[in-house]
Amino acid sequence: MSEFEPTIVAFFCNWCTYTAADLAGTSRLSYPHSIKIVRVMCSGMVDPKYVIKALLEGADGVIVSGCNPGDCHYINGNYKARRRIKLLKEILPQFGFEPERLRLTWIAASDGLLLSEIMQEMTEQLRALGPSEARLKMVI
Amino acid sequence: MAETALIDVKEHNLLAALRGFFKTVLKQEEISAILVPRRLPVTPTVMPTLVTDPKHLDAADPLSPAFPINAAKIVSRLTRRESGGKVAAVMRPCEIRAFVELVKLKQGRTEDLVIIGLDCLGAFSNRDYFQWISEDADACTEKFCSVMLTGDSSGGSRELASACRVCEQPVPAGADITVGLFGVDTAGRIPVTAQSAAGEDLFAKLGLRVGEEPTARRKAIEKLVAERTAARDAMFEATRATVDNLEKLTGYLANCVNCYNCRVACPVCYCRECVFVTDVFDHEPSQYLRWAARKGAVKMPTDTVFYHITRLAHMSTACVGCGQCSNACPNDIPVMELFRTVAHRTQQAFDYRAGRSLDDKPPLAEFKEDEFQEVVGIEA
Repeated sequence: MSEFEPTIVAFFCNWCTYTAADLAGTSRLSYPHSIKIVRVMCSGMVDPKYVIKALLEGADGVIVSGCNPGDCHYINGNYKARRRIKLLKEILPQFGFEPERLRLTWIAASDGLLLSEIMQEMTEQLRALGPSEARLKMVI
Repeated sequence: MAETALIDVKEHNLLAALRGFFKTVLKQEEISAILVPRRLPVTPTVMPTLVTDPKHLDAADPLSPAFPINAAKIVSRLTRRESGGKVAAVMRPCEIRAFVELVKLKQGRTEDLVIIGLDCLGAFSNRDYFQWISEDADACTEKFCSVMLTGDSSGGSRELASACRVCEQPVPAGADITVGLFGVDTAGRIPVTAQSAAGEDLFAKLGLRVGEEPTARRKAIEKLVAERTAARDAMFEATRATVDNLEKLTGYLANCVNCYNCRVACPVCYCRECVFVTDVFDHEPSQYLRWAARKGAVKMPTDTVFYHITRLAHMSTACVGCGQCSNACPNDIPVMELFRTVAHRTQQAFDYRAGRSLDDKPPLAEFKEDEFQEVVGIEA
């Protein structure tokens, strides 16, 4: 039986985490192809709807990643993102979504290595968890 | 210091006493109009009505178990900009809480407004109300009051709406002037208390007889709140178990036809235009075919669960538990139970209680640099 390969939708901020992903690439670091990157200008522009829709459409995990606190290109977008993720992390588990399926991280532009490690780790966690219920069941 | 006066109830007629009190308020020069639940002609429907002529107050019925609309949205319409006059608004506690949320979202103002809040006896669902009401509406309201205040249900009764049965905040916090009913001898005198500077201002002009609030009121409220809190917690537990995975949630919402009545009825669904009725959801026909092809089947209309979870993300921190969502549902989905259960947790997470105070900022309208570290990172 082939190993389950999760799908992770990743919202990366243009200035830090997306740049880190770029750096990971140019540094020839590998990260799992389970991750589908959506570049956004700021983690603070990730509408909770995007996360909800991705999870309901069958993404096994969603990761939002931005600049470290204090480093936001737009001053405080990442703090706003943190409150929104906090909100979603209170709502979604009530409907059975495991906490591993939604992650928020800060990855600086220079941290290609950290990005590669985090993606590896998250993929392994989701592999262990198995496919999301939304992928297996009919969701109206 | 809160000042209390007593209003005489003559010939056991509580409604007449309240109507008389409203007339006294309306008589004040500074009050341009009073917004009050009033019976409409022909039908026993009770709607918020903006009254300037005191004769219309003879049909006012703030105690009727009719609750067709949460008046917070109406008061928001009346106050969102300067009107050039001052309005006194008679509101239920949950309406006041919802209005507080709207004020924080700049969709209402407390200037030029005096809120009169009554101890809330609760309401029936729309459906139950119309089955229950008979021609003599005054007598019906009286019967309802006696059931709720003395437990005498000999005149026949009905269960309160689901939201009212689990309402642990039946006392009008946030009102400028309150009228007490719980634990009060409503055949004798009822206490009216000024709760704010604006309330005291008006109070001083009304020329009421100063008195003391009956001590029994506090005790009656404590007892009721304890019972309701227990009922609420039992409801939370039952609801949690009914929706604790996605398949169950899908079952819970299976009868939803995406009519969006719940968000139209919701007093704190604050978006001027809901994203679910914009072009964003005006999908191309080919899109539906692609979805169906990918999943094997797609329920139409689509995005039902998506809509409800998104609404939870938008307004659960502001949910006041008024139950108008359930009231508005054409297919009897217990929307209130789901939303209150989720809202209880989201409000706790931000140490927020909807409608508690004008000074608490809505959770998503602020942030602190050093908070919620536990949601960052990928450790379990």
